Amino acid sequence: MSGGLVSLEDVSRLQVVSGKGGTGKTTVAAALALALATEGKRTLLVEVEGRQGIAQLFETEALPYEERKIAVAPGGGEVYALAIDPELALLDYLQMFYKLGGAGRALKKLGAIDFATTVAPGLRDVLLTGKACEAVRRKDKAGRFVYDYVVMDAPPTGRITRFLNVNDEVAGLAKIGPIHNQAQAVMRVLKSEQTAVHLVTLLEEMPVQETADGIAELRAARLPVGRVIVNMVRPEVLDATDLELVRTVPRTAVAQALSAAGLGGARRGGKAEQLVDPLLAQAAEYAERYALEHEQRAVLAELDLERHELPLLAEGMDLAGLYELATELRKQGMS
Amino acid sequence: MTPDPAKDPAQEPAQDGARRLAHAPALDVDPLLDDPDTRIVVCCGSGGVGKTTTAAALGLRAAERGRKVVVLTIDPARRLAQSMGIDSLDNVPRKVKGTEGTGELHAMMLDMKRTFDEVVEAHADADRAAAILANPFYQSLSAGFAGTQEYMAMEKLGQLRARDEWDLIVVDTPPSRSALDFLDAPKRLGSFLDGRLIRLLTAPAKLGGRAGMAFLNVGMSMMTGTLGKLLGGQLLKDVQTFVSAMDTTFGGFRTRADATYKLLQAPGTAFLVVAAPERDALREAAYFVERLAAEDMPLVGLVLNRVHGSGADRLSAERALAAAENLEEPRIVDQGGGKAGLRNSPDTYGSSESPAPVPSESRPDESPSSGPADMTTATTSDMTDESPSPESPDRTVDQLTAGLLRLHAERMRLLSREQRTRDRFTARHPEVAVVEVAALPGDVHDLAGLRDIGDRLAAGRPELP
Repeated sequence: MSGGLVSLEDVSRLQVVSGKGGTGKTTVAAALALALATEGKRTLLVEVEGRQGIAQLFETEALPYEERKIAVAPGGGEVYALAIDPELALLDYLQMFYKLGGAGRALKKLGAIDFATTVAPGLRDVLLTGKACEAVRRKDKAGRFVYDYVVMDAPPTGRITRFLNVNDEVAGLAKIGPIHNQAQAVMRVLKSEQTAVHLVTLLEEMPVQETADGIAELRAARLPVGRVIVNMVRPEVLDATDLELVRTVPRTAVAQALSAAGLGGARRGGKAEQLVDPLLAQAAEYAERYALEHEQRAVLAELDLERHELPLLAEGMDLAGLYELATELRKQGMS
Repeated sequence: MTPDPAKDPAQEPAQDGARRLAHAPALDVDPLLDDPDTRIVVCCGSGGVGKTTTAAALGLRAAERGRKVVVLTIDPARRLAQSMGIDSLDNVPRKVKGTEGTGELHAMMLDMKRTFDEVVEAHADADRAAAILANPFYQSLSAGFAGTQEYMAMEKLGQLRARDEWDLIVVDTPPSRSALDFLDAPKRLGSFLDGRLIRLLTAPAKLGGRAGMAFLNVGMSMMTGTLGKLLGGQLLKDVQTFVSAMDTTFGGFRTRADATYKLLQAPGTAFLVVAAPERDALREAAYFVERLAAEDMPLVGLVLNRVHGSGADRLSAERALAAAENLEEPRIVDQGGGKAGLRNSPDTYGSSESPAPVPSESRPDESPSSGPADMTTATTSDMTDESPSPESPDRTVDQLTAGLLRLHAERMRLLSREQRTRDRFTARHPEVAVVEVAALPGDVHDLAGLRDIGDRLAAGRPELP
């Protein structure tokens, strides 16, 4: 883990956040968008899977296909959010290039839009990444970037390489035409220093394995791998010495300590005594998990990437918790 | 967690009774698995909730209870796949070795490209099949663009069912972007491949000749023109070739999709929604329950994985923390007399645990006010600095015990959070039967682990702690 703030020039402008299902990638993406927005910056948080996870996280109504301010960061920064709808993105796109007008609706009626966004090879993904790249490159009249950073809540680890690399495939498939050109332009952004792909994981075997596999795939596709973010890290309540002692400590000693702490009698059948077994069983479970987590950290260390850890929030995820995680990311130099 | 109310009704804390407004009916897994009329069990739910493991555990249990079962998994963890001997992708069910009892367990991992290829090969003559398989558009489509995996999972299910070799098919569903995709994909792909657009693309001349279709024809040529410009002429030509090859060989893609859909609605099918007691997973589960109802799909219940329990659940988080702080204070005055005094208090936890029925929204855990809050919250290390080792062994046991109590407090908070989340689901869907499966510290990757999960599924209550 790096300490201190990294200078902002070092941070890629397109931050793609992926992770196995259930690891909290949407939460991490949102926290990262907040963290990057501190000190007067403006970030755009992009959702591509139509789940409205961002709206739920920020406790607002469903996001339309429209960039909309959803949060203010400490120091006057702003977070905008956009839920990209591939159908509307395609119509947008057609409008931009062909001035279609009502013909767009006719296309929709014929099922062409549905076709194009559902089954046409990778077109959907091209539209999604294309929209994000457009936001990265967009400038205002004064020639400044409209968004300092764009953070994408991307598809899960198992599909991320294909999702980002789809433009390459499409560029190969559609050998000419605007889709081909668009795909190539998008690939130039995605494979450059401007992009970093982060993977969110938990300290559990399956997510860690998937993270390792995902990184190998990203590297093979020459996509820029960013950092590993370990989410929902549980606090260390007992350390290695404690766990050693758990195995040898006499039950009666624990019973007496519990009794001394005011939890009832230490004699056999006493209230404190009755607590000993369940508490030791919980400690044994903890010890097993502790050992597993230790192993998984070692696997992650071998990936040779910068790693951040975010704590498990005891009360579950809410808006306050999101700000807490953003602060944590900033502290750890992620933004 | 769920303290078993039947076990000790008198001691059931009032708080708990008040919280559990709605008691969800319990889902009984064994009768479902044993019923010869149950032919298909579909496990669905959002990613990361243990769907695949649940499907495998149900399959193993059904097999060991005497049925001939096949489990269709989509994307199993490597070690789980290895443990069932299906880590090689050959797209056919393999018998799983090491099961007990008279039944049989077969398992397979879906290879969507191969499934698609097989559909083509089964329905086209050799030349045409070869042409389709070599078509670049087909290659992209079958290699896993949006919807293909979902479609092929349903296709494979249809195939397995048609072979009628198994008493029971347990299906795991793809980790879709949204839990609903696998219901939609067959329809979408089916309607696309069989639809109006395709006919327009493939047979413009035929259409144009008909009277009254002139308007459509204009739209069509504009559209093929646009698509051509957009995708490039080559791709459009690939699409057209592909579709006409598909169309003439076996037009009824729609029919196949419809048949699969009907199969899912049939009485022998049972949907299980899998979730974990977390907000997002249960929200997705609720959505799924509603959607299944809307589609007339037979839902039998919710499997709630990774539920935590505690054998000491009558000791609240607050009291555990207070006691921990007590232990971490250097012992100055508490010896002897302290213990005696405590022994005199008849009920040191039970009653004080729940000051009042707590509304489920409030967070009783947040304020450790029931503890000696005015005491300085010195950390363990501070204290060791101050008093190096006046009574070393006791000190260590005290510290350890304080740690055990803090661990317990953490567990209790987790329990109450899980309970709240779960209650919210039950309030919204009181009709859905629920079975809870206790959390395991590690991942499952062998048959013994699956058997254990199966036992927990059938027991319906998390094991303690």
